[in-house]
Amino acid sequence: MISFKDIQKGLLVSLWFVFLTFPLMVIKVNPIERVITWRWQNMGWVALGSFCYYLATKIYKARKLARQQQIKLGLIKERVDWGQRLLSERKIYLPVLIVVGLGFLIFPLVLSTYQTNIMVTALMYVVLGLGLNIVVGVAGLLDLGYVAFYAVGAYSYALLNMHYGLGFWTVLPIGGLLAASFGILLGFPVLRLRGDYLAIVTLGFGEIIRLILENWNSFSHGPSGISNIPRPGFLGLHLSLGHSITYMYYLMILMVLFTIFVVNRLQNSRIGRAWFALREDEIACQAMGIDKTRTKLTAFALGATWAGMVGVIFAAKTTFVNPASFTFLESAIILCIVVLGGMGSIIGVIVAALILILMPEYLRAFSDYRMLVFGAVLVIMMVFRPQGIIANVRRTYKIPDAIKPKLSRK
Amino acid sequence: MEPLLNIIGLTMDFGGIRALDSLDLRVRHGEIVALIGPNGAGKTTFFNCLTGIYKPSAGDLLLTPPGKGTRRLNGLKPNKVTQQGLARTFQNIRLFPNMTVLENVMIGRHCRTRAKVLGAIFRNHKTVLEEKEIVRLSLEILEKIGLADMYDEFAKNLPYGAQRRLEIARALATDPFMLLLDEPAAGMNPQETSELDDLITTIRDDGLSILLIEHDMKLVMSLSDYIFVLDYGKKIAEGTPEEIRNNPAVIKAYLGEDIDNA
Amino acid sequence: MDYFVELFFSGLTRGSIYALIALGYTMVYGIIGLINFAHGEIYMIGAFTALITSTVLSIFGFPLPAIVILTLLASAIWASAYGFTVEKLAYQPLRNAPRLSPLISAIGMSMFLQNYVLLAQTSDFLPFPALIPDFDFMEPYAGFIGSSDMVILVTTTVVMLLLTWLIKFTRTGKAMRATAQDRKMAMLVGINVDNIISITFVIGSALAAIGGLLIASHIGQINFYIGFIAGIKAFTAAVLGGIGSIPGAVLGSFILGLTESFATGYVSSDYEDVFAFSLLVLILIFRPAGILGKASIEKV
Repeated sequence: MISFKDIQKGLLVSLWFVFLTFPLMVIKVNPIERVITWRWQNMGWVALGSFCYYLATKIYKARKLARQQQIKLGLIKERVDWGQRLLSERKIYLPVLIVVGLGFLIFPLVLSTYQTNIMVTALMYVVLGLGLNIVVGVAGLLDLGYVAFYAVGAYSYALLNMHYGLGFWTVLPIGGLLAASFGILLGFPVLRLRGDYLAIVTLGFGEIIRLILENWNSFSHGPSGISNIPRPGFLGLHLSLGHSITYMYYLMILMVLFTIFVVNRLQNSRIGRAWFALREDEIACQAMGIDKTRTKLTAFALGATWAGMVGVIFAAKTTFVNPASFTFLESAIILCIVVLGGMGSIIGVIVAALILILMPEYLRAFSDYRMLVFGAVLVIMMVFRPQGIIANVRRTYKIPDAIKPKLSRK
Repeated sequence: MEPLLNIIGLTMDFGGIRALDSLDLRVRHGEIVALIGPNGAGKTTFFNCLTGIYKPSAGDLLLTPPGKGTRRLNGLKPNKVTQQGLARTFQNIRLFPNMTVLENVMIGRHCRTRAKVLGAIFRNHKTVLEEKEIVRLSLEILEKIGLADMYDEFAKNLPYGAQRRLEIARALATDPFMLLLDEPAAGMNPQETSELDDLITTIRDDGLSILLIEHDMKLVMSLSDYIFVLDYGKKIAEGTPEEIRNNPAVIKAYLGEDIDNA
Repeated sequence: MDYFVELFFSGLTRGSIYALIALGYTMVYGIIGLINFAHGEIYMIGAFTALITSTVLSIFGFPLPAIVILTLLASAIWASAYGFTVEKLAYQPLRNAPRLSPLISAIGMSMFLQNYVLLAQTSDFLPFPALIPDFDFMEPYAGFIGSSDMVILVTTTVVMLLLTWLIKFTRTGKAMRATAQDRKMAMLVGINVDNIISITFVIGSALAAIGGLLIASHIGQINFYIGFIAGIKAFTAAVLGGIGSIPGAVLGSFILGLTESFATGYVSSDYEDVFAFSLLVLILIFRPAGILGKASIEKV
């Protein structure tokens, strides 16, 4: 499959990368002490890495091409995506679902508080991923300032609790609504514009919110943040730290289930169809009588609502908020979850969130390279597998029995 | 009786270029009207002005839906125009490629249905009924158009002619009283074109009026009740197919100045 | 009054740097319609390459003029190489993909490059040697304009003139304009569109590298994160002037530079970045086509 010519070209590619990375990878200077460190071994790694990457993409492309040709000639049938198969056959997915469900149910009972705490974080990202999935995955609106709505939620709990003593359950919907209002406020002027402007405006908005939180001391207590935020109470009982984390865990499980339920129903509705269509072709959508701005705004605001609610939960979990928790990196991680999982795919987003959040926790060696890998994931997924690890399931519609016989192929 | 569509003095400028120059045009109830002219004559621009994608520089777009009062379409957004009962297809097919044939048509029902976010989440009785009705009606339209057996295919996998027909099906799903077809026969083989001819006639017989842009003269001449000819943004002729066939200005526009010397 | 003049010149300096970066954004946007989020990172890599080259050369005992010239060359060459490679890896395969795909890919590339420099070098701020000496003839004006401000203004002006000449009067420039107007048509008349796009990235990256070198030497320190904020601001400038328009990018950059300078000088420096972002949001709401941009009409 790999010819001599490919190897030759691979060598040239690796030579190019050796040149490209030479100053940054090999040389390290200390301008103050005027010392140069030469790291020649890095050159070898770059050469090897780029050579392998080149060959891997070559093989991947060749195989894809070969398969497409065979499909064209009718030699083989188009392979059903494994994600599709997993989800469409009850025999496969039912047992898997039961085992996974049970696993999640007994998780805090068998594992330590520490593990449970990490899992709570992962579940929060599952919900954030599902929320952003409505915006990016389903409606195709690239929101790079998602973290701003998360911050709105977190600070609304922190501030409302501090000033007015409002409890967790009261603020949970308020936080969601506040975030939604911010979404509408920002979305209304911007969503009329070309899609790529939205990306940059939301990016800017995310930074504005963070900078305001950092600098407006009298409002947000500045960089030092707000501490002593109460955890959610359980029927007025006072819980120990361990118990309250367990409680938090089950709360998040409920939140995840609730989110899956809502997102799934939304996707399978008139509105959801309009979102998908909007992602495909805006002009055609308008010609079909869909109000573009309003439909987008709905998606944008709904996505923000979820970020707001998770923000409230975040504040309650850590009992402390400060602006440093709401940087662009957070938005990027959530975006990465959606892209890796598969745009519009609920299962995919859940799996991706668990992988991306748990992996750096358990593989400490990996955690330094976390953001590097996230960046690479975004590029590689877009180039090689834009549908994500588990592609979106095709929706099916109940066909009335009266029409069915007419639909069978002649 | 007031014509369904009455265009008066429609003018469209792009920077310094006048794409449409005080165009007058009418479509009456139950008519098939064709808009013809050489490439670049401004036909698609006209559709885009009419359907709200472009804002016309001057002129009036007056619509009189059957049994209702006259309204002005100028400045309406495309989706509002569709809601008024004017549905269109596109010259370069604009389906939703990664949605199924059925879903494509279901999108057309969007502007005639009303389930909102809460309805979608709680799935109340009304929403369920509405959704069922959307599926039923969409399948009905697909059957009429002859695509029912492909309802579960992705739109991008359909053969070319079927894609053009699907665009018509999608437009019909918006419940229009008037259909705007932008080169529906482009790229079709003779067999497909003749099927299209039948289809358009059937749609007219169902009570819709049709305004079409087309290059296939055979189709235009056999279908249309009335023809408008455009050249360089100006109307150079109008009349029945017979009148247009013998109009010297039309012949000149199509074949060039040298016709006399040839 | 002196304070005003000082702020004015510092605004011009800022504007010049934004302009050098904004040109890359606007050229790439003009030609392939993509917001190249990784462009700020290219600028940062230019600054890092400059720091490394100049330090190595000065340790080896090169004289200052040689250091300046070689550093300028090295940072422009390597930044261009990065720009070229980024386009080939992350954007070229997505030419025909949905609009969202290259945007996401660009974000990914930006994150990747940022963290690549962080891991390969350091997360600390590094002091950047002053490559521009204090000229004696600038002494009387030192109150409101420094030597490096002067050099930045002059360099930017020269670079702009060169770029204008390149785009207006050379074959490559003509091909670039043709590709920007209609890529398919350009291909049909025999323009190698892939090459033209690569050239656009190379030129944009070289400009950003020059900007990186100048600002690093002006401010005196750099780290891996400088590209992100500078990138967004330069993009703001490009949008302000009308994205896709080269004079627009320059004009927008100066307006943004002056606005920031006066706002931080007279209002508050805490909100320095907020001014730029707010300006961006406001332009997009009230004049999305920018000052010199034309409202685009989508072909249907």
